[in-house]
Amino acid sequence: MQKLSNNQIAWRAAQDIADGAYVNLGIGFPEKVAQFQPPGREAIFHTENGILNFGEAPPAGQEDWDVINAGKKAVTIKPGTAFFHHADSFAMVRGGHLDVAILGAYEVAETGDLANWSTGPKGVPAVGGAMDLVHGAKRVAVITDHVTKDGKPKLLKRCTLPLTGVGCVTRVYTSLAVIDIEGGRFVLREKLPSISVEDLQSVTGAELLVPGPVADLIVPEV
Amino acid sequence: MDKTVADLATAVAGIEDGMTVMIGGFGGAGAPIELIHALIDRFRATGHPKGLIVVNNNAGNGHIGLAALIEAGMVAKLICSFPRSADPVVFTEMYLAGKIDLELVPQGTLAERIRAGGAGIPAFYTPTSYGTDLAKGKHVEEFDGRPYVRERWLKADYALVKAESADPYGNLTYRAAARNFNPLMCMAARVAVVQASRIVAAGDLDPEGIVTPGIFVQKVVQVANPHQEEDLNRAHATYPLEA
Repeated sequence: MQKLSNNQIAWRAAQDIADGAYVNLGIGFPEKVAQFQPPGREAIFHTENGILNFGEAPPAGQEDWDVINAGKKAVTIKPGTAFFHHADSFAMVRGGHLDVAILGAYEVAETGDLANWSTGPKGVPAVGGAMDLVHGAKRVAVITDHVTKDGKPKLLKRCTLPLTGVGCVTRVYTSLAVIDIEGGRFVLREKLPSISVEDLQSVTGAELLVPGPVADLIVPEV
Repeated sequence: MDKTVADLATAVAGIEDGMTVMIGGFGGAGAPIELIHALIDRFRATGHPKGLIVVNNNAGNGHIGLAALIEAGMVAKLICSFPRSADPVVFTEMYLAGKIDLELVPQGTLAERIRAGGAGIPAFYTPTSYGTDLAKGKHVEEFDGRPYVRERWLKADYALVKAESADPYGNLTYRAAARNFNPLMCMAARVAVVQASRIVAAGDLDPEGIVTPGIFVQKVVQVANPHQEEDLNRAHATYPLEA
């Protein structure tokens, strides 16, 4: 089955970010979304450790380790950057001030439940800002491969892994499709033209509603 | 009024066994490495303080700073949101061996619990963690039709804080994203001990630009050119540092 690369998934998610939006990108894969901002649209990125409107990573050797993102990677300041403490930062998150949060996922349920912080009781548990970020942003979107590494669905009726948040996800960008979560159901909006709805349903762990036309998910090589 | 103290040993002198100590920083940014090392020095010389309850966003990285404090066996319990790092071996081994307790708190809840502790607010409600394992046993209440989890304030005996500039009144400014938890911890601790890269005369800080007003600060010590955790770890440093 043909599928989008991680860069292509990130590219597709970036197309939905409006000019002037305040955006938080989760650690790791979601950080790629910043690379694909459509020309002419300005997104203002928030990192929960206390920077708004930061710039891209500096060249190796020029890092300032007081200017880092939530993944503790070096970023840069630019005209319009603001610093703030952690309580203000999470007020921005929970207080409804962010327009979009884009996060990774282990599992997403048709109810909008998200599991993305723990794969179970083994090892050292760590949550960071994941449970905060799913609350407050006007849109909480997930970017993910459509299935796990061993081919099992990641979009399910109910999550099996420990939850990050309940009923919080509104849109999922996968390697095969764009799916909204509405009224506790997965609603198919876009899919790769090379796969059928039946193929897509066969790798999805809950029913896909198709209430209207499904657009072709066409993404450039990026 | 003059809150400056002469040296690091004096700055950390009051911290006793079993106390709760908040330590500023997010990863290496804003981590008061020299204050932490001064506390380790005292432990190595006297066997105290030990059995500490430490509050920090993370659990240390490598073998310096907070990781070295844990490695020295001084910490009984850690309250944090993300006990992982590039090199978390010290905490990981002690946790899996049952030698240190962990209270895992979502990052924004941790920040707000500390802020509440400093602001005299004993509890608050947050949407964060509702319906998850981290909300088990916690009171839930609906407001405007949505469920929220009740969380308690968090206070400390001491806070160890890194600032950029301080004056003798304890007014502070920070550097970039090294601010993070530091201003909140100053508020929530009975004694906030600050290492500042420079101490200036009263009047030399612009009152408009002061981030932490001095009422939240009890002791200030100057540490010019402080270590940065990231640099120490890239050099594979361990504490005690080699000269």
